[in-house]
Amino acid sequence: MSHSPLFAGIDVGSSFTKVVLLDQEGAIKGSKVRFSGTDLSTSTKKTLQEALSKSNRLSNVERIIATGYGRQIVQIENIQTSTITEISCSAKAAQYYYPNKALSIVDIGGQDTKIIKTRDGKRISFKMNRKCAAGTGTFLEELALKLRVQPTELDELARDSTNPKSISSYCTVFAATEILSRIREGDSIEDMVRGAFHSIVKRVVEIDVLDNEVILTGGVVTHNPTIVEIFEQEIGKTVSVPPFPQLFVALGAALYALEEDSSL
Amino acid sequence: MSLTKRKPIQASNELKNVATAYYQDLDRASKDPSQYVAWCSSVGPAELLLASGFKVYYPENHTAMLGSSRTANDYIPAAVALGYSPEICSYLTSDIGAFLKNKTALTKAYGVEEVPRPDVLVYNTNQCRDVQDWFSFYARTFEVPLLGIHSPKNVQELNQSQIRYVEEQLKQMSESLEKISGTSFEKKRLEKTVELSLETSNLWTSILETAANVPSPLTFFDGCIHMLPAVVLRGEQASIDYYRILLQELEERIEKGIAAVENEKYRLYWEGMPIWGKLRALSEQFMELKACVVASTYCNSWIFSDFDPHKPFQSMAKAYTALFINRSELIKEEYFHEMIEKYTIDGFIFHNARTCPHNSNTSYGMPKRLEEQTDISNLVIDADLNDLNVYSEEQTKTNIEAFIEQLAGI
Repeated sequence: MSHSPLFAGIDVGSSFTKVVLLDQEGAIKGSKVRFSGTDLSTSTKKTLQEALSKSNRLSNVERIIATGYGRQIVQIENIQTSTITEISCSAKAAQYYYPNKALSIVDIGGQDTKIIKTRDGKRISFKMNRKCAAGTGTFLEELALKLRVQPTELDELARDSTNPKSISSYCTVFAATEILSRIREGDSIEDMVRGAFHSIVKRVVEIDVLDNEVILTGGVVTHNPTIVEIFEQEIGKTVSVPPFPQLFVALGAALYALEEDSSL
Repeated sequence: MSLTKRKPIQASNELKNVATAYYQDLDRASKDPSQYVAWCSSVGPAELLLASGFKVYYPENHTAMLGSSRTANDYIPAAVALGYSPEICSYLTSDIGAFLKNKTALTKAYGVEEVPRPDVLVYNTNQCRDVQDWFSFYARTFEVPLLGIHSPKNVQELNQSQIRYVEEQLKQMSESLEKISGTSFEKKRLEKTVELSLETSNLWTSILETAANVPSPLTFFDGCIHMLPAVVLRGEQASIDYYRILLQELEERIEKGIAAVENEKYRLYWEGMPIWGKLRALSEQFMELKACVVASTYCNSWIFSDFDPHKPFQSMAKAYTALFINRSELIKEEYFHEMIEKYTIDGFIFHNARTCPHNSNTSYGMPKRLEEQTDISNLVIDADLNDLNVYSEEQTKTNIEAFIEQLAGI
């Protein structure tokens, strides 16, 4: 039975809860993504349990940094827990994969989308989408619901598009309705879904100027790699996607947990 | 739950008395046929109205009360149903909506059953055009005259012809007011009123400037409460008496090293309107984060240093046209530079108020330009002055927390 300490980053997002566990050397020792649901407290505990391998126990976890929309809810008995926003955690994870680079980090999440800029290892600014679901994962969830397909099927549909259509509506609800009517009028599902992907990208690039190296993270990118391709076309340069983009923020949180330990 | 205790300003008790006396006096005047009531926009020509024998009521203060009591959203739909868009000023839609539903925030706060009935409505477009439309509704409803000052817009350097243009309008308005109240205009009375307003303004300036001290003895959120006399009682002795008390308390705080935010670490500037329904929540969040919002364009808006009792019309024209909100982007940028320096600002918060584009300096690239010019980071909060339907609590909280983390180098 291993007793080596673990450091957990828990990202309680609006759609999914993500956990990353690091050992003292900063190596990833476990991770898990789980649907957040309505009971964030229970889903957080379950996600953490499931991230632990057979050789690791909850008692090995020395410290937790909770982040994301539900960060204040995280409370695990006997484990020191503090919170840091997902914005700082994104910048932290970026330093892990892209040390000391000038970056524009684009995080497309379920509820919000952020553009975070770093220079010389420090975060210098961030912008978040307005109170609107346009340009977030919620838009795709709404679209999947209207089309009666699983959200995970959208990427395949978009890949099969031969003539992507543009969507005129900005609002998530109106856009989904527009897509449905146009399919009824004869446009193909594949072309409209790809059009929806284009729409997301357009909303995202409105948030801030994307200078220096651009990296794309978040659940939307994980499940819809076609978005990356469209993104590159839109901004006219290649973008990087870190390994496990959906776990990016949780990794940043775990790095903070580890750092706090080394600073003691 | 807040872990850090707010430090209430003792003078607040007296403020309540001052405000109650003001509103009850207005209520009496409204019911007394021998007295005249004027409604005035918050940076309208109050001195002229007072000198012409009117009691003055400010609908903006009333609607801010609807916002701070979080009742505005109960009333906005009634105004929207009447054809006032939810995208226009939520001060207007809240106030008209409350009127349509026969409700007023004055009842709970001051025991006054209804807003005072106007004999005239007076606005100045120096702040926006919405005040004109807002007051037009009441002019039609009460069948009373509507008088307005139409100010030059986006003023770069304020020149003599612009001042004369407004001055002439003020003089013409004075003649109309004489006819309504039946009181002959007396220059001496106007001079005295302008003198009182200048004294109020000077005291208010001194109060706000105590925040230049590190640590600051007051916050923007305190300012939003204590600005009431500068808005509704300028030109009257009551505001001067109150501000002397408040200033003394703040000077004592400085002497004793009492900070409004315990262990103040970050000093912020608030640009744009307050989010009235979230004043307390935001004040507490900043306090927890050891961040003091020390200064704001909004509270500074009732500083009228140009008033001169010897030139009442001309100086009123100058003071009311020189307002920040009425100025060019370049003048606004210079003003921000001055504020950053004066108050030792670490970070800037822009409130992009959905229904108040005229008082939101976020739509023409200002935040990015300011950041480039000053190296002071800023955060844009998307919200509104009164309409909380466009406010996302979680997003705003996270944005503020992340901004302070950024200032802390986390």
